[in-house]
Amino acid sequence: MKLKTLAAGIALSMGASVMSFNAVAADDTIKVGVLHSLSGTMAISETTLKDTVLMMIEEQNKKGGLLGKKLEPVVVDPASNWPLFAEKTRELITKEGVDVIFGCWTSVSRKSVLPVIEELNGLMFYPVQYEGEESSKNVFYTGAAPNQQAVPAVDYLMNELGVERWVLAGTDYVYPRTTNKILEAYLKSKGVAAEDIMVNYTPFGHSDWQSIVSDVKKFGSAGKKTAVVSTINGDANVPFYKELGNQGVSSEDIPVVAFSVGEEELSGIDTKPLVGHLAAWNYFQSVDNDANEAFIEKWKAYTSEERVTNDPMEATYIGFNMWANAVKQAGTTEVDAVEQAMIGQTTPNLTGGMAMMNKNHHLSKPVLIGEIQDDGQFEVVWETENIVMGDAWSDYLPGSKDLVADWTAPIKCGNYNTKTKECTGS
Amino acid sequence: MRHLLAVFCCYFAVFSVSVQANEQTISDSQISTAVAPSTSMLIQQLVEVKLSKSLPLLERLEAEGGTELLPLFKTLLEGRLYFIKSTKQVVAADKTGSDYQLFDLFSGETLGMMNKKQIKKIRVNNKLRVFLRGAIARLDLKHPDADKRLAAVKALLTSLDSSTLNTLEAIRNTESDEHVLAMIDLALALDLSRSPIPEKRLAAVTVLGDSLESDSRNRLNVMAESDPDTQVKQAAEVALKKINERIEFYDFVDQLFFGLSLGSVLLLAAIGLAITFGVMGVINMAHGEMIMLGAYTTYVVQLMMPEYIEYSLWVAIPAAFVVSGLFGILIERGVIRHLHGRPLETLLATFGISLILQQLVRTVFSPLNRQVESPLWMSGSLEINPVLSLTFNRLYILAFALLVFGLLLLILRKTSLGLNVRAVSQNRSMAKAMGIRTDWVDAMTFGLGSGIAGIAGVALSQLTNVGPNLGQSYIIDSFMVVVFGGVGNLWGTLVAAFSLGVANKFLEPVTGAVLASILVLVFIILFIQKKPKGLFPQKGRAAE
Repeated sequence: MKLKTLAAGIALSMGASVMSFNAVAADDTIKVGVLHSLSGTMAISETTLKDTVLMMIEEQNKKGGLLGKKLEPVVVDPASNWPLFAEKTRELITKEGVDVIFGCWTSVSRKSVLPVIEELNGLMFYPVQYEGEESSKNVFYTGAAPNQQAVPAVDYLMNELGVERWVLAGTDYVYPRTTNKILEAYLKSKGVAAEDIMVNYTPFGHSDWQSIVSDVKKFGSAGKKTAVVSTINGDANVPFYKELGNQGVSSEDIPVVAFSVGEEELSGIDTKPLVGHLAAWNYFQSVDNDANEAFIEKWKAYTSEERVTNDPMEATYIGFNMWANAVKQAGTTEVDAVEQAMIGQTTPNLTGGMAMMNKNHHLSKPVLIGEIQDDGQFEVVWETENIVMGDAWSDYLPGSKDLVADWTAPIKCGNYNTKTKECTGS
Repeated sequence: MRHLLAVFCCYFAVFSVSVQANEQTISDSQISTAVAPSTSMLIQQLVEVKLSKSLPLLERLEAEGGTELLPLFKTLLEGRLYFIKSTKQVVAADKTGSDYQLFDLFSGETLGMMNKKQIKKIRVNNKLRVFLRGAIARLDLKHPDADKRLAAVKALLTSLDSSTLNTLEAIRNTESDEHVLAMIDLALALDLSRSPIPEKRLAAVTVLGDSLESDSRNRLNVMAESDPDTQVKQAAEVALKKINERIEFYDFVDQLFFGLSLGSVLLLAAIGLAITFGVMGVINMAHGEMIMLGAYTTYVVQLMMPEYIEYSLWVAIPAAFVVSGLFGILIERGVIRHLHGRPLETLLATFGISLILQQLVRTVFSPLNRQVESPLWMSGSLEINPVLSLTFNRLYILAFALLVFGLLLLILRKTSLGLNVRAVSQNRSMAKAMGIRTDWVDAMTFGLGSGIAGIAGVALSQLTNVGPNLGQSYIIDSFMVVVFGGVGNLWGTLVAAFSLGVANKFLEPVTGAVLASILVLVFIILFIQKKPKGLFPQKGRAAE
């Protein structure tokens, strides 16, 4: 009996794969995989990106699709379960035969996808700011690398606000730890003494911030202007800012610049205690621009009136448009051809100007610093004059100083050592 | 050179404008509330000017106007300054419901309601806020309220220039409040400590040494390191040592308070469990969800009375008790009763219930965190001195936890329900033989424990995020406290909660938050090995 069901199962799945193979063979659509968690802890953030991709696909189809074919979304749910990301990637490429994947949010999910997508030679667009130290032939990174978010933010605090003492506070996992390591090295290279840097890590969802805030307050009372650089993630931010407010630390005394707090995160909370604190991104919803206005209008029409837009959405928007252009230019959806066509692509940013894809699979785009307002939006207070090129390997870490990523001939390598002239990494 | 020229030009411009302004204000002095026409023209410019260009404008305003501009600065600082799009009139506005209530900037008269599209906010950034704070402080120096004057002098400590010092010296003669006087003396001493004459610096050190303000400590630090006069240097060193000793003491008090406050949160979370687990012996994994339900009740109460946030907590406390208590009774009657004496099955069943309740909340409210507002009296802090301030929300929750504990003790000791509960928990069959309805007592006890968890939820909604996972983050801590304190002993729970809280907070500065909680857990594991029945084990026949 059992054997029979098993056999039936195999037959069925074979049938399914044959069918999906047929679908590919029929070749009347281009399949676009969407690999974002729709359940579990990350669903809050990632569902938005799934909707963004679907909206972009719908719009592209209205314009007549690509290469004369319609685009067809294939949505799967990796359920905030990191190993499942790898399985779903395999399923998308081998079973569904998708030509491109838009997906992932956390670094750990991306790391889980990486070996699979490289083995099967797939193509993925990753739209979230991350810690860098990576460049894969099969992945395009449209979010910010540390030098496009963290480093300019520190420059702003140092030069515009005259900050001399630094608190690097983060949640205890890979993105804050790597980013803080880069920032610490960067600050020291700028002549900041070790005793003027305080590093602090807290667990996910930390809620008792009394002693940490009191430490920050003490650290900040040494007569030098102090700022907090926060890589605190998720909802731990709310009690953190609340405690700052309660202990009387205002944004004028000790400003907090955050890298993980955007419009979406602010939409559910009371922003009064946060007003005046800062965030660094490549995009803010409040940026006054025709392209942005049109995008917001479309987004609200596609979802609902109270929804907001944020930086990873813009990164998805840029990634999608670039991919569409590259496919048009290459005349095919074949991965190697599209990958080469991607390099050098430019598309308009939502904040004005053009974003460009570099040889290291990272974008060049502008960096903005915004102050939180009491309506949950940001007011841009500073932006870089030129666009900043994303750096895959940080120049401030001893291990990656000599590494570059270059996916054009003759190097064609994600971790090329400029000293030893070898493609083996550090 | 060019810079110098520019500064000069600016200075002259401001000077000439301010002279004009003086004449203006004199001629207009009959009209007390209205501002001078030139000033109101400047105010009008705020509507058009870019954010980056507002600072010079505000500086001109301060130079021209006087105390009559205080409402303008304050409204701008609070982010309540708007202008009406059609008439460009500058007004103060408060959001009430979906519309805005407008007020006249200077007289405070209400000007009617307008919707969001008709008005536009005049934005501020940190640079402007710093300036506004200073400007308000400079204007507040002559405020009739002594507290305002004190705050004003304090705010000016970091930015003492000669004109501010002159004003301070001038108002010192007329000042009667001793706290304000001491603060002014401190400000003058800060200036004196930079004097070239060693005697004067020595005198300044004596004044600075009595203050705990960080500005005076930093100044002393500099003097102790690099004052050219050895006598002054030594005096500064001695003063600094004295200050540091005092600060160390207050730091200790501070950390003790943090520990007690964490302990009070643990106590609130665990005390309901101490009843259901400790007294009834039921391992209730859904206890955390009872806390969560209490927190969501607070949210719903605030939704129903948006105009009365200040009083919402007083309504939420009984409401949360009833909601969580009813859920508790329902769980007891529906599930736990049938699993009596089977701890493993009870554990699994209540774990299942906890998942069901979480999903229920996700479906009803959404998986996103809900925003529970803090009433005004819960925010801010009680400032005892410059280095020691206790936040109000923690202070209230500490008192509240002790109150709940006392009430619970009273219920168990003095009421007939309490008598029954104790009887059933000590010897079930004997109690039954005496005619106690043990079924009913079980349900009531479980309801009581769950209801108190609900109350804990109200308190936690003021400290942390209200979301479906709220309960899970406290269930482990609750069990830890109850087991550590000794099962079935309320006093044990109290002692355990506070000692774990204090231990955690004293470890945290040394080891960091992550390691501190690990160390506490390891300690408890070792402790339970040695004393499996906790700090205060029950003695006698009842224990078995």
